[in-house]
Amino acid sequence: MNARIKWRRFVSNFMLTLTGLCALVSVSVLFLILGYLLYNGGTSINWAFFTQLPKPVGEIGGGMANAIVGSAKLLLAASLLGVPIGFLGGIYLAEFSGSAVASVVRYAADLLNGVPSIVIGIFAYSLVVLPFKHFSTLAGAFALGLMMIPITLRSTEEFLNGVPRYLREGAMALGASKWKTIASVVVPAAYRGILTAILLALARVAGETAPLLFTAFGNRYWSEGWGQPTASLPVMIFTYAVSPYDDWHRQAWAAGLVLLGLILIINILARTILSRGITVPRS
Amino acid sequence: MGSRSFASRLRDGDEIARLITMVFAATVVLITLLLVYELWTNSALARAKFGFHFFVTRVWDPNIDQYGALPFMYGTLVTSVLALLIAVPLGIGAAIFLAELAPPRISDTLQFFIDLLAAVPSVIYGLLGVFIIVPLMRTVIFPGLNKPLGFMPFFKGPSYGVGFLTAGIVLAIMVIPYIISVSREVLLSVPRDQREAALALGSTRWESTWKVVVPFAKTGILGSIFLALARALGETMAVTMVIGNTPTISASLFSPGDSIASVIANQFTEATGDLYLQSLVGLGLVLFLMTFILNGLARLLILVTTQRGSGVPT
Repeated sequence: MNARIKWRRFVSNFMLTLTGLCALVSVSVLFLILGYLLYNGGTSINWAFFTQLPKPVGEIGGGMANAIVGSAKLLLAASLLGVPIGFLGGIYLAEFSGSAVASVVRYAADLLNGVPSIVIGIFAYSLVVLPFKHFSTLAGAFALGLMMIPITLRSTEEFLNGVPRYLREGAMALGASKWKTIASVVVPAAYRGILTAILLALARVAGETAPLLFTAFGNRYWSEGWGQPTASLPVMIFTYAVSPYDDWHRQAWAAGLVLLGLILIINILARTILSRGITVPRS
Repeated sequence: MGSRSFASRLRDGDEIARLITMVFAATVVLITLLLVYELWTNSALARAKFGFHFFVTRVWDPNIDQYGALPFMYGTLVTSVLALLIAVPLGIGAAIFLAELAPPRISDTLQFFIDLLAAVPSVIYGLLGVFIIVPLMRTVIFPGLNKPLGFMPFFKGPSYGVGFLTAGIVLAIMVIPYIISVSREVLLSVPRDQREAALALGSTRWESTWKVVVPFAKTGILGSIFLALARALGETMAVTMVIGNTPTISASLFSPGDSIASVIANQFTEATGDLYLQSLVGLGLVLFLMTFILNGLARLLILVTTQRGSGVPT
């Protein structure tokens, strides 16, 4: 009897230690990734990386200035598409719609959220690239914008639903119309959560590569305007990493460090400062 | 509300606001429908020419205009299953630790790191895969497994470092955060009295966790696994960078292969000829349907457990 209890205690402690190890291993992956990138990227990064265009194949040096600007343009245009649709659609779901319509929209958004990014790329290709007959910043931004919609929509809805009822009633009792109430009371009360979710969505699409491969494509030079193919940081990391040149590998590490640094900083700021005290839904 | 006339609501802007926001909400539905429609019509040629043979044909050769999806479906399935074999025990173990053992503050801190891990883009995983895991496979893991186990077809050589197992490992690392986050949440939603009842009956901490809490949450945990599987199936960049991109069907885990997502990524821009391009879109349609079904099931399972706690142990 006593031996049996001892055995059970041993099993319990052993298995619980094992789960602790699992957690430790999983979390340490993050620090391994960070460490490797800091080490390899830190030694490769230089001023030229931020200011120069890529050098012709075979020449050492050069940078990714065009890809940095390209990524910024892509993200700007993607936000202009994704945020209004997601935000206003989310307002409709939370404030105006009946439950049947809402569940249809919600279902569509969840479906869109689960579509593999490469399939989003195919969609953007057939919708934006084919009619205009060439790759462009707009096509890439369209693909990324699509991916921002579901996250923005669902979190807007969720945070608006979380606004206490008495705030609405207070505004309406003062004679405000429904729209006035939403615009001046409900949305401001929920804005920190919504903004957090939008920033997280932006951070997520900032690293997306697959949907850009055949929409924004790539470019060794500056991309003029919005109708030309453009370089972007994630695609550059991909092409440089699988290339046979050592100097390109070095630049891939540098680009990886810049991209991941940016994404993690947005994530940390959004999750700690902006969303202090509120739970952010996971996408 | 009902007593106010349409005109007065219009004046306040309510009707206009309702209409405008409705248009945007409708756009979401429209876009999703359009996506399915485009995938369907743009793969019409391939569907008409190959039909269901598309799924059982091993040949993928643009030179003779013959396209079969089998090697890619094989690669996608093998890499995803390998990923789950590694990620599920690790992820669920970690989730149990976070939900059952760790003090709330430590649990939240670790979860914060897990969330950051989930935010790392796939191209970064690919980058690390190319320069760290691929050489490691070639110099350490392959010789280590090939020498004692080389008689089995799974561990036959040669190894170039890239291949099914490499892709599976990278995928595993990528999906672990999803399994942990969802499983932890599901475990945390198990009512406290379940644990207390088990402990009061004299079970050890582990017994109460493994025989009571985990069975209670099993539907939701299964949901997290489906979710992870859907992610793994659709993952493109990390796989493309380490799988070797050769359409082969081989039992050896060290053999280079290809997956649905990576063949699309690699060949889409160079696809000349309508049938070639439409076959690639057809692959995209297959991928879409696979993830669509899995995501639907996953959502259902997670909902069933967290909403009503109906995962009654049997």
